[in-house]
Amino acid sequence: MNYTWNWNIFFEQALDGSGTYIHLLWLGLQVTITTAFSAWILALILGLIIGVMRTLPSKPAQKLAAGYVELFRNIPFLVQIFLWYFVLPEVLPESWGMWLKSLPNAAFWTTILALGFYMSARVAEQLRAGLASIPRGQKLAGSAIGLTTAQTYRYVLLPIATRIILPPLTSEFLNTVKNTSVALTIGLLELTARTRAMQEYTFQVFEAFTMATILYLLVNLLVTFGMRTLERKVAIPGYSAGR
Amino acid sequence: MFNNFDFDVIARSLPYLFLEGMRFTLLLTALATIGGIALGTLLAMMRLSSIKLLSTVAGGYVNLMRSLPLILVIFWFYFLVPYIGAWVVGSDQPIAVGAFASALITFTIFEAAYFSEIMRAGIQSIPRGQAAAGYAIGLSYPQVMANVILPQAFRNMLPVMLTQTIILFQDTSLVYVISLTDFLGAASKVAQRDGRLVEMYIFAALVYFAVSFVASRLVKRLEARTAIIR
Repeated sequence: MNYTWNWNIFFEQALDGSGTYIHLLWLGLQVTITTAFSAWILALILGLIIGVMRTLPSKPAQKLAAGYVELFRNIPFLVQIFLWYFVLPEVLPESWGMWLKSLPNAAFWTTILALGFYMSARVAEQLRAGLASIPRGQKLAGSAIGLTTAQTYRYVLLPIATRIILPPLTSEFLNTVKNTSVALTIGLLELTARTRAMQEYTFQVFEAFTMATILYLLVNLLVTFGMRTLERKVAIPGYSAGR
Repeated sequence: MFNNFDFDVIARSLPYLFLEGMRFTLLLTALATIGGIALGTLLAMMRLSSIKLLSTVAGGYVNLMRSLPLILVIFWFYFLVPYIGAWVVGSDQPIAVGAFASALITFTIFEAAYFSEIMRAGIQSIPRGQAAAGYAIGLSYPQVMANVILPQAFRNMLPVMLTQTIILFQDTSLVYVISLTDFLGAASKVAQRDGRLVEMYIFAALVYFAVSFVASRLVKRLEARTAIIR
């Protein structure tokens, strides 16, 4: 092998004048985390609505929600992000399109929207599975004591279902973090994009990628740990969810 | 909105999109699935092994791959494969590896981690008594695996593996980042050459949707049919 390692490269000044290379990657990591977190919140809100709709008694609501999930699950995320970024401003009325294109940080907002919608279909599927795993009797008992459908969901079904699906949601959250890297194609300067920039400035390919790998692993550990803590915090004593 | 939608640019580029782009995508999907299942099965067997070292190595590998973004892994191998190639053939310069070979290696190695989790679940779904019965009539470990456990595990996990293949089909679009001409790459090249981003990206989305949607429907039907047999 003919490769010159230089681990001190991280403390040299970056060519774009933003500080040291380790600082460059740190900036990228911040963007990755902010984007992933915002998109995740959007995904949870939309996923909650769509997931509930899929289990409602109303047939049109079920159909609509099923169509939504199929739409966002069957198109690669990279294509979706292109649709949001390149196609949406063109097919909107011209003044809206111009406004969209002139937004500062367009790549950032586009990624949050695209990723939020993409992940919401997955969250909805998890929630639907969670709701389906609750014995039918609970819903019936809700109606029997005079709760409306909305109340049954609010006070009986959702508190249990959301707890059941916490473990799979952890991995969906991790997927959200990983998927932010796709946004480098529309110019979002997240961790992978910064790593690529560092590699192009310094030619120290493997140092840069090793550091990015470590940073992604750390974020993974952090998210997993946070979600485990949350799981323990919200667990109902004596009721082991899903078992 | 659609009054200057240019259908002709799609019609004009159909042969390029499908004969070149889609061919690449499907070939990569098929080969990476086969490679991923082979390597994944091996990893699953290692992970369930009673030899501590093997299970630790396989577990570490699977967890590492599953916590990294595919794009980062694509870049890793894009730069690493020439060095590995040089090491294999004993050259002291990094050797040139074809773009397709590089992508194939990346996807095989990456997806193997996901297939291995599926196979692990499949192997664990077979009652322990079956393996015990195999050993009792004098079969060796490879014989038990090849004749008793794996055929059933494959059969039970077939729908899940096919679903993973659909995900892999969508994932191959990420080779865009190393400028390969898969289906999306081809669409994007035409889009940029002719300044027709709207038409080409909408068309690409429709094609991906149609293929994935039909494929997942077929998997669902297969699942319903095999579920009765068990």
